[in-house]
Amino acid sequence: MDFIQDGFIQAFALLLNRDAATYSAISATLRASGLAMTASLLLGIPLGYLLGYFDFRLKKQIRIIVDTLLALPTVFIGLVIYALLTRNGPLGEAGLLFTIPGIAIGQMILSLPIIIALTATAVEAVDRNLCITLMSLGANRKQVAVTTLWEVRLGIVAAAVTATGRVLTEVGISLMVGGNIKWHTRTITTAIALETSKGEFGMGIALGLVLLLIALTVNISLAGLRRRI
Amino acid sequence: MVKKEKIIRILFILAVAIAVVSTAIFGAAQDSNAVAQEETLLMATTTSTDNTGLLEYLMPVFSEKTGIDIRWISSGTGKALKLGENCDVDVLLVHAPQAEKDFVARGFGIDRRKIMYNDFVLIGPPEDPATIQGKRVSEALQTIRSSADIFVSRGDGSGTHKMERALWKSANVPTPEQELWYRQSGQGMLATINVAGELKGYTLTDRGTYIKYESSTEGNPALVVLVEGDAVLLNQYSIIPVDPKHCPRVNYDNAKALSDWLADDDAQRMIGEFRLLGKQLFTPNASR
Repeated sequence: MDFIQDGFIQAFALLLNRDAATYSAISATLRASGLAMTASLLLGIPLGYLLGYFDFRLKKQIRIIVDTLLALPTVFIGLVIYALLTRNGPLGEAGLLFTIPGIAIGQMILSLPIIIALTATAVEAVDRNLCITLMSLGANRKQVAVTTLWEVRLGIVAAAVTATGRVLTEVGISLMVGGNIKWHTRTITTAIALETSKGEFGMGIALGLVLLLIALTVNISLAGLRRRI
Repeated sequence: MVKKEKIIRILFILAVAIAVVSTAIFGAAQDSNAVAQEETLLMATTTSTDNTGLLEYLMPVFSEKTGIDIRWISSGTGKALKLGENCDVDVLLVHAPQAEKDFVARGFGIDRRKIMYNDFVLIGPPEDPATIQGKRVSEALQTIRSSADIFVSRGDGSGTHKMERALWKSANVPTPEQELWYRQSGQGMLATINVAGELKGYTLTDRGTYIKYESSTEGNPALVVLVEGDAVLLNQYSIIPVDPKHCPRVNYDNAKALSDWLADDDAQRMIGEFRLLGKQLFTPNASR
């Protein structure tokens, strides 16, 4: 059990001594997750809005599919993305395997269903009477749509928080698509997996705490954002 | 009709979003790729060369001498061979001679060269419940089977796992699979030793990883070496560049440079001098 204490001490030592390998893993984690979150928010918010706002044929079925995709196992995503990006694969020419953008593609697949599903739920939850009220006040359709989008802003922030948590902490995609290459694609989570397999449990705990600190920072800034809007 | 227009507008926004996202991702990839082509070398290797710290010790010297930025992915030999077959890496440093020969015979690899060896050892709890200490390997395995004491297997298609299965076979024991005493961890070597330690079981390991394990237990290992020195336990490591005829985009020149450097006197001397707990982990034996 000593290694848990060791881990706490080491975590602070790593951060305060500016340990180069740790900072490289932090940077890889943030770059991959940042890219993945930007991409999935850009794609997911409009899609989620479409799914929640409009009534169309197959809406229920699409909703069920999106909800099912929430259960995608990360190792499985990693394997599928690997199959696409391997040099002999359909996207092999792009040279994305074992790169940060490659990891980001996989993580985008992971977070996209979360953003879509939670945005759609938030849009559906907006009071139907809001529409009628706005229209009776003389709003046109465009104004109604914009107002609805504004009303669901907190729901979208909640979706972003949930998806960020998932993306920051996944290990299956980073390991398979990134390859855990030191100084390049080694993220905090793959580093934890490696240290554990090397029997360096204290170091694993330390890196886990570092990741939690990052998550805390991200959430504090999002909470600030939520208060302001 | 209004609805249709709105959907078209949202689809347009989506199209723009997709365009932005893909430009960003491919743009970022181009950046990292521009450097990637010329001066890098991607190697797939086994957990034992990485976990013991051998690569961290050797490779900076190689990079300094040649200017080649070497990166490696460590996994079991099974996955390493697969990455080579799929043209995802330039060179392999692995230890499963039979699988390596097949790999070369199928046209995936070329110029296989021996670099170094260590040996496998059977380890287990000091109490040695099945009393295998000092026996020959085949005899020891037969004893474990008949006493049904726990044996932990890698179970992951790695070089060590392949060796273990070959040893059961040569001991005339049907390869265990679902027996209650036979546990397959599906993990790397050090993780597997830790599992065996928790279960007070036996396992097969390369000596390098065992010494690394010993060094992490502060001189009080839960498992000790019980069977060693049998000629069948030799563990040969070889380097195999991926065949450029099979994978045209592979970086064969740099792979060859690494192969030549590892067989060179300086690198061979460094391998022999690499120590943990004052013990030598690998013995160089490169063919020139």
